[in-house]
Formats: sequence, C-alpha cells, structure tokens
Amino acid sequence: MDYSNFIYLKEELSLIAVIVILLLYDIFGSKKSLNYFQPVACLLVGVHLLLTCCPARAALAIFGDTPVADQVNAGVYPLLSGMYNLYPLGSIVKSILAIGTLIVFLQARNWLEGERTIIRRGEFYLITLFTLLGMYFMIAAGNFLLFYLGLELASIPMATLVAFDKFRDRSAEAGAKYILTAIFASGLSLYGISLIYGTTGTLYFTDIPAALTGSALQVMAFVFFFTGLAFKLSLVPFHQWTPDVYEGAPTSVTAYLSVISKGAAAFVLMVILGKVFGPLVEQWQAILFWVIIATITVANLFALRQQNMKRFFAYSSISQAGYIMLGVISGSTLGMASLVYYVLVYMFSNLAAFGVISIIEHRSGKETIDDYNGLYSTNPRLSVVMMIALFSLAGIPPFAGFFSKFFVFAAAVEEGYYWLVFIALLNTVISLYYYLRVVKSMFINKNESAIAGFRSDGYTRLGLVACSAGILLLGLLSVVYGEIHHYSLGW
Amino acid sequence: MEGLHLEYYLVVSAIMFFAGVYGFITRRNLLAVLISIELILNSVDINFALFNRFLFPGQLEGFFFTLFAIGVSACEAAVAIAIIINIYRNIRNIQVKNLQQLKD
Repeated sequence: MDYSNFIYLKEELSLIAVIVILLLYDIFGSKKSLNYFQPVACLLVGVHLLLTCCPARAALAIFGDTPVADQVNAGVYPLLSGMYNLYPLGSIVKSILAIGTLIVFLQARNWLEGERTIIRRGEFYLITLFTLLGMYFMIAAGNFLLFYLGLELASIPMATLVAFDKFRDRSAEAGAKYILTAIFASGLSLYGISLIYGTTGTLYFTDIPAALTGSALQVMAFVFFFTGLAFKLSLVPFHQWTPDVYEGAPTSVTAYLSVISKGAAAFVLMVILGKVFGPLVEQWQAILFWVIIATITVANLFALRQQNMKRFFAYSSISQAGYIMLGVISGSTLGMASLVYYVLVYMFSNLAAFGVISIIEHRSGKETIDDYNGLYSTNPRLSVVMMIALFSLAGIPPFAGFFSKFFVFAAAVEEGYYWLVFIALLNTVISLYYYLRVVKSMFINKNESAIAGFRSDGYTRLGLVACSAGILLLGLLSVVYGEIHHYSLGW
Repeated sequence: MEGLHLEYYLVVSAIMFFAGVYGFITRRNLLAVLISIELILNSVDINFALFNRFLFPGQLEGFFFTLFAIGVSACEAAVAIAIIINIYRNIRNIQVKNLQQLKD
C-alpha cells in the first residue's frame, strides 16, 4: 500500500489532529486551565481552517507533486483506489463548513459556561468536531461505504448534541425524535444502496453510472436513497422532525444543525445525483420538481403562524433548503456554483440570527416573537444585526442573500424551469412577510417591558461581527462567486 | 443450494423491511420503535450478503458493507437507548404519546 497518498487527506488529518489534542486537553487539563478551553478550541479550528483554505493546487505544489496538482485542477483525483475523491470544490465546501463551525464555537460560550453544562463543556467541542469530520468524509467519498460511514459519523454524535441539556425535558425529547428519525432515514437510504449494489454489482461512484439502465428496480432504489437524504435535508414531506428538534435543542446546536449539517447534505446530494445517478436524470428531476414546490410552499405557510423564534427559524430553514434544491435540479455547472454560494451566504445569515437568539435567550430567557417587541430601544446593535440577517434571508438587494437567490433562480431558469422559478418567486414574497414581521416587532412595536439592555461578551460580538461582515461583503465582492464558479467547472 | 433461489431470500428481507417501516409508524413505545428500525437495518444486511453470495460471488464488497452496517447499527442502538433512558429518568415513561412538550 502506498502511504504517500495520505498527505492529500490534509483536511481530515488536520481535523483528527485537532480532535486528539482537544481530547487530551479535556482529559488531562487542570480545572483552572480548562477555563481557556473555548479560546484554544477556536484557535485550533482556525489553524485547521488555514490549512484547509489554501487551495488544493497550492498545497499540492508545496508537497512537490505537480502532475497530481494538474489533475486535481482538471477535475477529480481519486485516492486510496477510488475510495476517496480529491477535488478542489470539495475542499472549498469543507472550508466553508469549518468557518461555520468556528462561528458556532464563538457563540457557544454563554450557554456552555452555565451552571449545568460547565462540567462537560469540552464534550460539546469534541462531538461537534466529530460530526464535522463525518461531513468531510461524506463530501470526499468515492464509494457508498465511505459515504455511509460519513453520514453516520455526522448524525449519531449529532443526536447526543441535541440531547446535550439532558436535565431539560425538551432537550431529551428532541434528542429522541432526532435519533429515531435519523436511524430510520439511514435505514431507508441503506435499503436503496443495497438494491443499487444488487443491480450494478459495485459500490464505487465511478463504476455505477455505466451499469444504470433505468430499470424499475433501480428507480425504486434511487427513491429509497433520496428519501433517506431528504430526511436529513428536511425536505417536505420528510420535514416533521425539524421544528421539534430545532426548538428543543440548545440554541447553539440548532444553529449548527440548521446550517452546517444541512449545507453538507445539500452539496453531497447534488454530487451524488450528478455523478452517480446521472443516467436517471429525468426521473430525479421529476421527483425534485414536486419536492421543491412542496418544500417551499408548505414551509412558508407554516412559518406564518409560528410564535417561537427557534420554531420560526426551523420552518424558514426548511424553505431555504427548498431554494437550495433549485440549484440541484438544474444539474449544471452554474447550479453547482450557485448552490455552494447559497450555502455560504445562508450560513452567515442564519448564524447571525441564531447568535442573536442565543444571546437573548441566555440573558433574558425569552424566545417568542412578541418578546422581541421594542428590542431596538434597548439593544439597538443586536436589532440591527438581526435585521441584516433577516433581510439577507429574505433576499433584499444590497445584502448577499439577494445575489445567492438570484444565482439559484438563474441556474434553474437556464434549464427551462420557468414555472418552478415563478412559484419560488411567489414564495419569496410570502417569506418577506414573515421575516418583516420580526423586524416590525423589533423596530416599530412599542413595549413597556422590553428586554433589558445588556452588553454581550467579546466572543459573541466577534462572531456576530464576522457574520454581518459576511452578509454585507459577500454580495459586493464578486470575486468570491467567480472563484467558486471557476472551481465548479466540471465538478 | 438447489431449490433455494435468490427470490426467497429477497422476499424475506422485503417483508422484514416493510414490517419495520410499519412498526416505526404504529408502535407506541420508544423501545418498540427502536426494534422496528433494527428490523429495517437487518433486512439491509440480508440484502447485501445475499446479493454478494448469489450474484457477485467473486468479490467481498457486500459482505464488508454488511459488517460495517452491523457495527454502525450497534452504535445507533447504544446512543438511542441512552437517550431513551434519559427520557425515562425525566418523565418516568417511554410512551410516545407522553413526548408532547414540543408540538405545533
């Protein structure tokens, strides 16, 4: 076996190194030194991010293997006899996920320093990084076995995170709902994979398309497989677990679940639909067409009547997943680029919103929309951050959310889905109503007993500033989208 | 091997799979729901092993997938049971109908 291949697994290896260091620190660190756990964790993830961020080509050039670098630049480079795929776009998505994880870590401090969680705060960072590792493997997989292991590594520890506040009934209940749906979904996916194996005789992504004939059994296998991933992405009609889990989980975990986990699953779904189920393109486009319409519409209608902020954002994230699927259904280069860009923008917007929800919940214990009445008079800066995030989610022009929506719509129109885009546009108007409802309650509604003004700690502020900068700059810096588009050619 | 065709095993695994799906939807006890899911996972294991044995005897991919799937489903069961025990400690009950703090 050729061990020199391992040098190309730099993302996974550096993340494993971070996990091992943090694990040893958590076990052997003195009680006093553990107070610095969060800064150390953030620092290590930051170092890991630097390693991941340098584009694949530059990194490979450092290690002096130019032929491989050229091949990677041209497209996918299989490693470990095809089990693991090295491709630039995958590295970009991995760094996007790592940035999101870093922001979640910055915002988690308030909650973790609480009385009941302080004793096991180290576990939060460790388990989160484990799930991140699972998503890395999912993204890089070139075989259904590695894909399945990545999927499970991303979802089993996630259940323990959801049930992290184990003395709170709601957290435990959300954990049970999450783990049971997650196993059920992966069981459905597995049944699909087993039928694919039975009809094609291989599990390698590169070999399957040639053996796909479009027989009824293969279409059924695809439907099972898609259903499993749709549960993860919470597409309608597989979305019922989402609001409950989002409401019950600790807010930092909800933020992680709604952004990082969903972004990784969306990207992987597009890669697998394009690369593996390419021959079945007519079937999956027909399925996706109706799923997208149902997802966007149903989620928007339910979001209208929510009072709890976390539940509200759960439905909002379901409808956002529908918009992300618009990039998937096009199946083109533009679709891929717009999907990655959408995930990036959505990550900053949603993390900003959840950062505000998290700090307000921690300081005042309030989490319904009515509680936000008059927030601007007491906490002007938090209200402005929340407003920027909501405008970006709704897609109002100067903010990045407008451009990301524009690109996914453009990708779908390019493939001739006029009706689909029309329905999505109508839904954008509906979504504008409920996003603005929150803005109205913060800025216009009067309230005698508004949430008292407070000063948040440095880490949370750093996280919120990073998110706001992302929302404001990403739309204006066209170089970001250009770069993503450049690397998604021939994904 | 005469008389035992691929189809017989496939029928068994399909029945197991759909019994699992039915149980997942109708059972009223969290542990029974978990058992139903295990039925689904086991039907998948059967599928992989017998496809490999009957259709592609020269390779080992299916058997390996079965081994991994068994290991992973054990982890899943461990985490799920831990969470169910935690619920029992909180509300002294593991009936699905008592999980109603989170709803629309």
